This record gives sequence, C-alpha cells and structure tokens, in this order.
Amino acid sequence: MTTELESLAAIEADALRDLSAATDRGALDEWRIAYLGRKGRLTQLLRALPQLAIDQRRAVGARGNELKELLEQEHTLRLDALERRRLEEVIESERLDVTLPGPALPRGRLHPITQTTRDMLAIFVGMGFQVVEGPEVEWDRYNFEALRIPPDHPARDMWDTLWIDYEVEGRRPMLLRTHTSPNQVRFMETHEPPIRIVVPGKCYRFEATDATHEWMLTQIEGLAVDEGISLTDLKGTLAEFARQMFGQDRRVTFRCSYFPFVEPGMEVSIDCFLCRGTGCRTCHGGGWIEILGAGMVHPEILTNMGYDAQRYTGFAFGVGIERIALLRYGVDDIRHFYANDIRFLRQF
Amino acid sequence: MTLRLPLSWLADYVDLTVEPLELARRLTVAGAEVSEMLSTGEWDGIVVGFVENVEPHPNADRLVLATVDLGGGDHPKVVCGAPNVRAGQKIAYAGIGASLIDGHTGKPAVLKAARIRGVESQGMICSEKELGLSDEHTGILVLPDDAPIGAPLRSVIGDTILEIEVTANRPDWLSVLGIAREVAALTGQAVRDPSIEYAEGRKAASTLAKVEIADPDLCHRYVGAIIEDVKVEASPQWMQERLLAAGMRPINNIVDITNYVMLEVGQPLHAFDYHRVRGKKIVVRRSVPGEQITLLDGSKHDLAPGMLLICDGDGPTAVAGVMGGGDSEVTGETRTVLLEAANFSGPSIRRTSQALKLRTDASTRFEKGLSRQLPPIAAARAVKLMVELAGGRALQGLIDVYPRKEKEHRIAVTMERLTRVLGIDIATTEVRRILGSLGFGCRWMPPDHFIVRVPYWRTDVAIADDVIEEVARILGYDELPTSLLSGAIPDHVPQPARDLRERVRDLAAGAGMQEIISYSMTDMESLGRVLPAEDLAVSPPLRLANPLSRQHEYARTTLRHALLQALASNVRAAPDRVALFEVARVYIPREDDLPREVETLCGVVSGRAPDRWGAPSGDFAGFFDAKAGMEFVLDGLGVAAEYMEAHDFAYLPGRTAHVCVGGERVGTVGEVHPRVLASFDIDAPAAMFELDIESLLPHVSGATHFQPLSPYPAVEQDIAVIVPADVPAGRLLAIIRSFPLVASARIFDVYTGDPIPPGRKSLAFAVSFQASDRTLQDADVAKQRSRIVERLKREVDAELRG
Repeated sequence: MTTELESLAAIEADALRDLSAATDRGALDEWRIAYLGRKGRLTQLLRALPQLAIDQRRAVGARGNELKELLEQEHTLRLDALERRRLEEVIESERLDVTLPGPALPRGRLHPITQTTRDMLAIFVGMGFQVVEGPEVEWDRYNFEALRIPPDHPARDMWDTLWIDYEVEGRRPMLLRTHTSPNQVRFMETHEPPIRIVVPGKCYRFEATDATHEWMLTQIEGLAVDEGISLTDLKGTLAEFARQMFGQDRRVTFRCSYFPFVEPGMEVSIDCFLCRGTGCRTCHGGGWIEILGAGMVHPEILTNMGYDAQRYTGFAFGVGIERIALLRYGVDDIRHFYANDIRFLRQF
Repeated sequence: MTLRLPLSWLADYVDLTVEPLELARRLTVAGAEVSEMLSTGEWDGIVVGFVENVEPHPNADRLVLATVDLGGGDHPKVVCGAPNVRAGQKIAYAGIGASLIDGHTGKPAVLKAARIRGVESQGMICSEKELGLSDEHTGILVLPDDAPIGAPLRSVIGDTILEIEVTANRPDWLSVLGIAREVAALTGQAVRDPSIEYAEGRKAASTLAKVEIADPDLCHRYVGAIIEDVKVEASPQWMQERLLAAGMRPINNIVDITNYVMLEVGQPLHAFDYHRVRGKKIVVRRSVPGEQITLLDGSKHDLAPGMLLICDGDGPTAVAGVMGGGDSEVTGETRTVLLEAANFSGPSIRRTSQALKLRTDASTRFEKGLSRQLPPIAAARAVKLMVELAGGRALQGLIDVYPRKEKEHRIAVTMERLTRVLGIDIATTEVRRILGSLGFGCRWMPPDHFIVRVPYWRTDVAIADDVIEEVARILGYDELPTSLLSGAIPDHVPQPARDLRERVRDLAAGAGMQEIISYSMTDMESLGRVLPAEDLAVSPPLRLANPLSRQHEYARTTLRHALLQALASNVRAAPDRVALFEVARVYIPREDDLPREVETLCGVVSGRAPDRWGAPSGDFAGFFDAKAGMEFVLDGLGVAAEYMEAHDFAYLPGRTAHVCVGGERVGTVGEVHPRVLASFDIDAPAAMFELDIESLLPHVSGATHFQPLSPYPAVEQDIAVIVPADVPAGRLLAIIRSFPLVASARIFDVYTGDPIPPGRKSLAFAVSFQASDRTLQDADVAKQRSRIVERLKREVDAELRG
C-alpha cells in the first residue's frame, strides 16, 4: 500500500512540476496525455486498483481520485492562464493608433442659406404657419400695385427693381420680384381666412453689391389673417421667433416704420447678442440689430381681397434670410453666400 | 430721403428738453429714423482769434503774416494764404498740436510747427474744410463779430446734426418744423411756428402778374408773391451756416431764402427774376410736342409731351416742381422777384423728374404729395425774409390760384377699432392727449368714437388705422403687451412640389455633395457654352431691361453653367474630389405670360476619388460617379428609372444617358464634353447630372407600401451569359428581375476579350431566388433559372457561359 501511495505522491510532484513547465497549448496537451490520458500515469495507476486489497483499494482510490481532480483543476487553471497570456500578446501586438483617422465618408452639406431658411421656417411652422411659395418673375400688379404701390408712387424707391424686357402699351408689367410680399396677395386671392402662411424665396433688387447688400436675396414673408388678430399678436409672434432663433434671453424692440401695405408699420430689432446691447461692430455701436419689417395688413388690401376688413385683421412681416444668417454665423460679408467657395461652404 | 437737421436750428421752434442721444432714440422709435449723429463741436485746440494786423510775407506775394489775438496775452503770428483774411476779423485759430482735416488730402491731421517760405507760422487760421464743416477751402472761415476772443470754437459754432431717414409717407418730416412738431409731441413741449408777418405795400401783387393754371389735375394750387427792390447779395452768415449744415450750398440771399424756407417748412419755392418773365404772366400747363428748355444747371432738355411746365408769355420757363429755367433765374441784376409756391401732383412730378433724370430737393418733396395749404404759408415766410434780409418791399397780397379747394379731412375712429388693431384697451383721455400733441383735433362722440381732424401737414393720414398708428407710435410699440396667435390653425394646404424639392435637396447632400446657390441671372455667353445656339435662338431666355451688369442679363434656362462655373472656381482651391449640386428654378419663357419656373437639380462631380488617407489618388470622376448621384436621389425617392444612351450638346457622346421615369424623360447624366469644360477653364474631367424635379412628381408615391418579409431562406445563384456587345446590361437585368421568384439581382462582372468572341461580351449576375410562401427546392430554382436563360437567349441572343 505504501508503494501505491508513494507512487501517487511521486505522480503529483512530477505532474505539478511538468505542468508549470508547460508554456503553450501543445505542451499542455502532452502533459494531459502523460498524466490523465488513457495511458497516462495516473490513469494506469487507478486502472490497477482492482488488483489491490480492499482496504488498500479504498485508501489509494480516494487519494487517486483526489489527485485526478486536482490535476484536472490545475490543468484548467493553467490553460486559462496560458490563453489569457496569449490574448494579451495578441492585443499588444495588434494595438492600433487610435488617433489615426477613419477613412473619410463623403459628406454633403446644405448651403448655409438653405439651413437658415429651414430653421426659420421650422419656428413658424411650430406656431401653426404653413409654408407656401410663389413665382420669382412677377407682375408689377402683384409686386407693387396690389400692395398699394401704384406706378409713380414714391415708395417704389424702397425697392429698386429689375425689370423684364417686355413691354405692353409702353409699360413694363413684368419684373423680378423685389420682395416676397406679392405672395400675400396671391394667397389671399385663392383662400379665405383664417390664414397663417410663411413664404420663402429669392428676391432681386437693382442694387450695387457690397459687404451688406446683395442684388439677389432670400426672404421669408409671413401673413396671418383672422378675426381678432392684433398688433400684440404680431409682437408676440416675432418676439418668439427672435428668441427661438437667437436665444431665449433675446430682447426685441419695435419701432414705427412705413410700408404702404401695412398700417401700423414697424421695424423690428433684437438686442445685439454679441455685446448684449452695449454697442459693438456687429450692431454698429447701437446695441440693436434690425432684423425685419412688419405691420398690420392694410385694411384696403383685405377689402380688395373681398374680405370684410371690419371683421378680419391680420399681420404681415418680411425678413431677410441673409441678414439672419450673417448674424447667426458671424459672417462679415454677405457676398460670401453666393460666391460658392467651398472653403466657405464647408464650414457650415 | 435724408434730412440733415442741425439741432441749433430745431431749437428755434421747440425747446429741446432731452439730450441729443435720447432725442435721436425717441425720434427713431416714432418712425423718424436717426441714422447718424454728427457733431461739429469736437474741435480740439481750436479757439476764436481776432486778427489784429495783416502784413505782407517777406518772401511770398500770395502769403501774408497775420497777428492773432487769442486773449490772455497771446499774440501768435500766423502765415496765411487765404485771399479773404483781413484785420478785424474773428477767425478760428488752431495752435500747434490741434487736430484738423488736412486741406489738401482731406484726411485728419495734427497741426505741426512749420516754417513757410522762411517764416515760422505759429499756428493756423482755418478754412471750413480744415474744420470739417464743408469742402470750402478757398478762404478762411470768418466768425461772427460777437464771437468771444479765446473761446473754444465749439462754444461758438459747435452743433449737433441729426441725419434723419424720412420715409416716403412723411414729406412733412423733410422740414425742420415738421421734426419740431414731432419732438414737441414726444417731449411734451409746444411748437413755435416761424413768423410770417411782414409789412405789405399798397400795390397789389395781382396787378403785376397773372397766373393761370391750365392743367388743374396736375397743379392744384399756385401762389405767387412779388417783392420789389431786392438787393441780391450774399445771405447773412447765420443763414449760410444753416444751409451748409443742412447740406445745401449758399448761392445768394434770394435763392438761399427759398431753400431756407423749403428746409424750414417743407414747401419747395422758386424765385423768378420778375423782369425776365416774359409777358408778366405765368401759365402752368403740360408740355406739347417739340418743346425744349435750358435749366438752371445749364442742362438742355427736349421735353416729352405731358410734362408739367411753368410758362411765361413766350414759353417754358421752368419744369414744374423739378427745376427752374436759366432764362428767368435770379441774378445779381435782379431787382424784383416773382416768388412761386405751388402744389403739384406727386406722380406727375415723379414721372417728369425720372424722365429727365433730375432728382432735386424740390422734386423729391413734391413727389410725396405735399399739403395744398402749405404754399401761402411758405410764400409769406419767404416774403418776410426777403423783406428783412434782402431789403425788398412786398407787394400787397398773394396771387393765389386754387381751383379746387381741399376740404379739411375728418376721420371717425371707434374705440372698438383701436382695440381690435392694437389689442389693448386705452383710455379716451390718453388718445385725446396723444392726438392733440401731434396737432390732431379730437372730438369724442359718445358712446364709442372720436371725430379726428387731421392737421393740414399730415397728407399721409387717410383712414382710422392711420390715426391708430399715431396713437401706437407715440405710446411706443414697445409699451404694448405681447400675445401669441390664439385662433384656429388653418386647414393644411399640401405643397407636394415643395416637399419633393426639399427631399431632393436632402438626398443630394446625403449623396455627399455640397449644395451651392448661384445667381438666377446670367449672360448669353455662359448659356451658349452649355446649350446649343439653335435652342437659344428658338426660345431665347427672358432678358432684363435694366441689368446690373452684362453678367446678369438673362434669366437662366439651365443650371449647367452655374455648376461648371462653381466647379471652375473651386478646382484650384480643392485638389480632392469636388461634388457640387444646386436646386433652383430655371425660367422657361411663355408667350405674354410669366415664365414657367421649373425646379431643377443639377450636380457636378470632378477630381480623383480619395484613398484610405483621403489623398486624391483614385480614379477621376466619370459617368458612373454622376450616375451614382442620380441613382442615390432617385432611389431615395423610390423612383425606378431607366437610362438610355443619348446625345446632348454639353455632354460627351457615348457617355451620356437620358433618365426616363414611366416613359417620360426627367433628366440627363453624363460626362461633360471636353469642349465645354475647356470653355469654363476646367482642366480635369467632370461628370454632371440634371433632373427636372417637378416632372418626377407624378411618379413619387406618398407613403412607402410595406412588403412582407419572407420567412423562407433565399437561394443565391450566379448566371453568366455571353451577349452581343451592344446589348445594354440594363435590359438583361430588367428581364431577370421580372421573374416572380427573383427577389433581387445585380450585375457583378462585365468582361470582353479572350475567350469571349469578338463583338460579344460576358455579363455575370448574382441572383437571389426566394418565395414568400415556402422554402424553395432545388428543382424550383433550376426550373426558374432555365426559364430565365431561355428568355435571355430569345430576347437578347444570350448564351449561357460554361
């Protein structure tokens, strides 16, 4: 009996020594075959058990099974450790420079004026306005006359006009629209109150180009007509627009102005968001930045549309998108917008 | 139009109780926008000096040495070249170190010590230009005799000038008195009207001249006055200074008085030399064909018929409301003045001044529609000044021809309307106070409205809402509360074309292209590079009558040139691949109607594809890069398109396709013709695509319809066939896809060359077979596959490749 137990002790000592010497998976497999395989030392010893005396068989058997369990455990541990080390080596050898860029996917961008137009429209849509559009080449009738600006009216100086070379009875009735306001008339002609529309689009002026003026510009016209619309609604709507566009703490100021198609008329400014009203280059030192013209729809226009001007009131506004874009992006020259330099466009 | 308003002048008619900056703010808020505040009182180191003595310069004939008393014992000697310097004058003296405008360069400068022709000048006597007052530099500025010696110049002639942008509806604000009325209302002060009282002679003016208005529709009133024995000379210093400050050049006392009164009360006046008015009569009438006139400024004009003229016994002597004629102008010899204060039709004056290209201070006022009650007031004021300042004697009475008297304008304004428009309740006492302060008469008619009498100078106030604006603007719009729209949200009006266009924009950007926006107007040359000359000749684009430049003369009928121009200007700055697109309207002319505005997409791609590191090292962009953009957009819209080889002026033959949807052509894709590229100075190849967005509209379904997902596995098989080389692959693909068990199919190889016989090509397709109701058996697939091959053989002469 001693001999068998001694043999077990020897197997244990040899197995543990050999195991710690095994440094790869192959050596570990060999070890397993050598000790635990069908012809392994421990297996053979245990297989010889029935030949032992009954009492000896029990003691050696118990000890042998203990050892088998131990060796299997040690094998597993060793295997795990080896696997872990191998993985670590792989990880180390395959480590990436994470600061290298990914391959560039082509990125398309919308023009800053498109982006600004959409952002502005979304604000008004959120207030129940619908987006409609109208023609850019327009009749004098819609661009001026229906807006209470007859031929030879001095207010025509407010909109220097590009005329289409087309004459009827010595007059030129066709032009490039100077503002989006003709769409007030176009929409009212075909719809009944209540009306809430915003009309984006290109407009054109016979105007020399400089850092703050472009002959092609983009506007959004707004029109709301219903019973019970008053100047306070106009103020609230435009103040809400300014806050959503330029920040919740924006202050808005309204001053009297003149457009023949509104009465009362006004120009709307926001406090300069750069200097917060103390005066800087952006606001030309005044602390306020003019952003749009507005007013209550002139009752004569409502009457001309066949509306009851005693019952219905409305407001209208027109806002230049380039100006808003100049302000929101801090662009110093309006001419950048239509120069189409991709070094500029890729910034937005 | 801008009014230059010196505050010192304004103070004649209203007490200025607030600081200039605050005054400017209040005027701006009330609608008289102050765009600029100029201070003429900022001089540093410039004081009033007294010229004690003038002696010749020892070394120069044209220079003198002036000894200047500055008070306090200083008597500097100054070298001066001005011809008008005299002993006994009060002048503006600048010491060494004073800030000035350099008289030659016009730029700010600091006065340095200098020796002039060997004599040291201890300072300088200043001209108006050197003080920044005007461009006058031929002589020195002579100050009033009562200017205190040694006093800072700003205390003597310092002033603040407001530049006011006057809106077209307020011609009354184009006058100092008009602004004074506004200031009075805004600051709670009273207006002092200028005096119009003077002593008249016994002789009646009407006995010396006759006035006839032949066209009362264009001349509503004509007031004439006659002043005898005037002495034409320079007007007094104070008047010259005011005119200069207001931006007008002094001429002589008579002309200056007409200008002064125009600036003062807003009524343009004209002074004729009475003795040069032939026939001693004035006829106001329209021009007839063939008439001519030479105006004050020396310009000669052929007059188109219908222009309103002031004529004397012989013919035209002035263009009414625009400019006087040279024949009857006041000169140094003039002894008797016939003064005109008239009221003309605004549109008529505007038409005439535009036709003659003469916009004068008078015409810009008349065109806005002046009050018919203003002429006698302005005439009396001018007569008074001519009596006082030009030594004249006024004849008795005014000649006043006023065919149709204007009634006083009264407007009923209900409190209900006021609340409806402004959204506030306001006390009737407050309404009365505000309107009263602006000169409106205001009578409360219980229970609900006012009768408002409009003051004569307010030609802009016609209806109740105009009166309501007056109340609101004096209250201050900022003082009104705010509210949000509370009514029902209107019915939705679908805008499918607009929605589609915006989807196209998003898809094009999603395809990796940069959006541009270019000008809608272009030149014929640019169009001619991308469109065939025949097309441009057959349907020429709309042309502007008054283009800003030749570059922007025609309304574009294509976007091609714009994309190529943008590409050309960017290829140098960006060596990598450039892909640009624009979504905009093109303008297709229609007979006697507005053009059809067609929403169009155009994209262009050029340069080499980037490698792993973004370096431009891959293939140059070609047909398939443009087609990829087109396909991306159309797939995104769920539109199935066919591509058919085509020819187009701007594209390279053999590498161009028309894009058809539902049998209708909707666009073009292809490589840009090298000839076209060269015309835009583009060296690299480029490919382009165009899409008529609106023509897609009928083919774009609304919501996508859900296809059930098959739970059964798909079987993938390849089919390779050999076909004649000229058979388009798309045709085979369409055939394969038409089979019911084919879930999808794609081309994965195109090959010509050995061992494929000449004139034929090999095409390989990866086909996925799938049924929605069962797992396909090998036999199912084999049967379907052989049918496909059979049909390919029949229709496109395909043979299965081994």
